[in-house]
Parts: sequence; structure tokens; C-alpha cells
Amino acid sequence: MLKLPIYLDNNATTQVDPRVFEAMTPYFLEAYGNAASKSHPFGWKAEEAVDYAREQIAQLIGSSEKEIIFTSGATESNNLAIKGVFEMYASKGNHIITLSTEHKAILDTCKHLEKQGAEVTYLSVGGDGLVTVEAIEAAIKPNTILVTVMYGNNELGVLQPIREIGALCKSKGVLFHSDATQAVGKIPVDVMADHIDLMSFTAHKMYGPKGVGALYVRRKNPRVKVTAQMDGGGHERGMRSGTLNVPGIVGFGKACEIARLEMAEEGARLQKMRDRLEAALLQLEESYLNGNKEHRLPHTSNISFKYVEGEGLMMGIKDIAVSSGSACTSASLEPSYVLKSLGLDDELAHSSLRFGLGRFTTDEEIDFTIKCVSEAVNKLRDMSPLWEMFKEGIDLKSIEWSEH
Amino acid sequence: MAYSDKVVDHYTNPRNIGTLDKSKNTVGTGLVGAPECGDVMRLQIEVNHETGIIEDAKFKTFGCGSAIASSSLATEWLKGKSIDEALKIDNMEIVEELALPPVKIHCSVLAEDAIRSAINDYRAKNGLEPIESEKTHF
Repeated sequence: MLKLPIYLDNNATTQVDPRVFEAMTPYFLEAYGNAASKSHPFGWKAEEAVDYAREQIAQLIGSSEKEIIFTSGATESNNLAIKGVFEMYASKGNHIITLSTEHKAILDTCKHLEKQGAEVTYLSVGGDGLVTVEAIEAAIKPNTILVTVMYGNNELGVLQPIREIGALCKSKGVLFHSDATQAVGKIPVDVMADHIDLMSFTAHKMYGPKGVGALYVRRKNPRVKVTAQMDGGGHERGMRSGTLNVPGIVGFGKACEIARLEMAEEGARLQKMRDRLEAALLQLEESYLNGNKEHRLPHTSNISFKYVEGEGLMMGIKDIAVSSGSACTSASLEPSYVLKSLGLDDELAHSSLRFGLGRFTTDEEIDFTIKCVSEAVNKLRDMSPLWEMFKEGIDLKSIEWSEH
Repeated sequence: MAYSDKVVDHYTNPRNIGTLDKSKNTVGTGLVGAPECGDVMRLQIEVNHETGIIEDAKFKTFGCGSAIASSSLATEWLKGKSIDEALKIDNMEIVEELALPPVKIHCSVLAEDAIRSAINDYRAKNGLEPIESEKTHF
């Protein structure tokens, strides 16, 4: 039986896997100790659980457990990585390189640092959403201390050439941070092979709980340090103070273990469903895939339905939870900056939907989505003046629009 | 953000979608908004020369649910009104009728602009001066 509404917004967050939930429960009611309490069994039990989770997490990304710093989520990890490196390596330089399509947690952190004397280069991406290694290389200067490039883009799902960028940074002696929030747990990520020095990721994007994330901080070749952004008890090797979220961390660990064991099969299954959904929706006239088709996450698809406004379209598919690049609700009326960075016309950016499949998505749900979206697009086109003009062969660019 | 029942009703069962014959001098067409802003409304009226009454009104809108509902409601209200009465339709009446939240007020403004623009197109076709808007929107 098809249960409505259908959740296809797994890039925003995911359902907690029941196995994860089950692993967490004892740490609320029984083993509720503080992992920093060294003097009694409550504390020992909690510490043991945290240590075990650290191993589960490290195993997923190919690091040592000592290199995992727990945070409240990827936003905090990104802040800690960038601000922490900027402060720690101030004597080496002040230049940071990033992309214009990064998440706001990166872009706004960089803007914040610009006010404190940082010099930031925001590289643009190609029409497919990807940056080239050559563009990064050309941007590196003697005062560059950090390159930060996201692994998988949250809106498009496109995967940047992380391994090549990592190798470049290593050869230049520049630290490399990656916001891997969308990628970890979905595709194989190996910090050694990818030459990543710092990496942000979070539990709730991979069927774990919200409110817990991690920053991977390399300990060898080179040994990386970040200046703590919160003062306190000196937890997490002095880089992040604050009592550890033990149940959350246990859930994070379990989520990583499940992801590691099931990723290959799950990725293939999701990709098959995603490709089927995408192929059917791209059959609709004037619909376009956004971002590189090959280099991307297996579960994400971003499609623009020209001449239909995204928010209006979402209202027509109210039984399906997705995201739109249209920002009709925001006061600015600006569509997605990521889609605009690809050079998309505003009207195409306004017309986009992001589909994010997940572990619990079924074939039946995909069938329903194909039908529902197709019907809504056709219905809205029937009432779209732009569609009518397009059909009459009128070039929309030739019209003098009254901007408001 | 949840939509009001009335917005949902107009979105689900839009009134008066369609196209009137632009070449007729009894038809006035208003096209307002811009694709890059995510809202384009086309509103048309057909006026009886003898009585000065708007006998038909049609719309097509590219935009969010509130924009579609605002234009749908506008066509409903226009039918049977004289031009002078039509000019009195205020965007805030649309806001109230549809219970639009503050972020959607621009949809009602656009609908009012579309009405005015359609009327002025009709007037221009019939050798009349355009009517200037006296109010300023916030």
C-alpha cells in the first residue's frame, strides 16, 4: 500500500534507520553517563560507547579514530574547520579558495573571515556544476592556506574532482578541507586516497540522528590543528569543548557501520530508481537535467521544467516532499544561487525541483511520483502564459518585462 | 508554510483560464511580472462597448499558488463590473479574501497591476488615455 505523503527530500535530511534508533535507546535511560566522567561506571560505559562509535565512523572514511572530532553537525564542522585553520595558520597566510556553489555554512563563514582580514577566492563552476583542478591550481598563491571544496553538491548532487584537488593541494603544501555532508555514507569516501586534511560530515544525512556531526582532522602527513571556536573543558583533543552527545554519537556510529556494509547494494538500487524517475521526467517536453550527469551522487536528481514555476509545481504535487530552486517565499525573490552559478536563466532556476531518494524509497513511490509530477507540469503549462508564448514561437527574451 | 483553503481552491479549480482574441478592440490584455522574478500574469478582459461592462475575463499565470489564486480571483471579480468599478479593486482586498501571508502580498499587487494594465490596453485600443495609478505600493 502506498503511504502518502512520499518523502523525496533525502538531501535535506533522512529518516533515522530503526536499527540506529534501537542502538541509541539504552544511552538515554540506562547508560546516561557523561563520557568525560572518569571515576565511575556510568562514565566508563559512555566513554566506551563513544570510543566504539569513533571506530565505526573512522572505518567508513578510512581514517584513524583519533582523527574524529565530534560536533553538533556539519555546519559547526565547517565553521570549526575554516575559522580554526584561519586562526591556527595565520602566520602562514590568509588566502582561502572555495567555490561559489558551496553551502552557506562555507560561504558565510568565508564572508565572516573576510571581515577579519581573510582574502577569499570564490571560484565559479562550469555549466555542469564542476570546478576543474586547473582552476584551483591557477588560484593558489604563496599566501594560500586552505582550499575548501565540497564533495557532493547539496542541490545538484554533482561530485567535484576531490581526489585530484587533494593531490594538488598536497603537492602545493596547502591544506584541503571538504564539506562531505552529502557524500559520506552514500558513496565511498576515503580521506587517505582523496588526500583530504579536514572533512565535515553529519549523521542525519545518512539515517542517523540530527544534532551530531564530525570533523575529520588529519594527524599525520601533515599533522593538522584547528583553533577551538568554543572555550570550555577541552574535550576532543582541545578542539571542541562541550559534553559529548553520547546517544547521538552512538547512533552516528551505527549509521556509519550500516552505510559501510550496505552502501554498494543500496547505491546501485537507488541509482536504478533515480535513473528511472529521471528518464521518465525528462521525457516531458522542455525539461532539463541540472548538473553533470556522470559525476554525481546516485540518489539525487535536479530537473527544471521550463515555463512552470517551482513553488507552484510543488503545490501541485503536495503528496510528494521535494525541494525547489525557486525562492518565491523568500523576500528577495532570488532563485537558487547554485543554479544561477551554472549559468542557468533565472526562469529555469525558478522551474527546478530536486528529487532526493533514500533508503526507504520504493518503486511504487517512484511510479506515483512520475505520474503526479507529469500531470502537474502539464496542468500548470496549460495555465502558463510563458508556455503559450513558447508554443506560439515567441522569444521570451524579446519581451520587455515589467520587473517588480 | 501552509496555504489557505481559498488559495488551494483557486489553485486546484482555477476560474477562467484561457485566452481571449487579442486582435479584437473589445479585448484588453495585461501582461505583468517577469520570468526571472518567478511570476508572470496575463489577464484579459472583454468589454461590451455599449454598456461598458466587462463581460468576460481570462487569465494565465506562471507563478506560485498564491499568484495563480490572485489572478483567478481577479477574473472572477472582474466579470460583470464596469471599468470604473474594476479600477477600484484594491490588492489588499485580494490579500484579505485569500488570506495571503506578508511574503505573498506581491502576488496581489501583481494581480492589481494586471487589471490596470488590461484596462489601459483596452483604452489605448479605443483611443483613450491611459489611467495613471495613484497609489504607491509598499
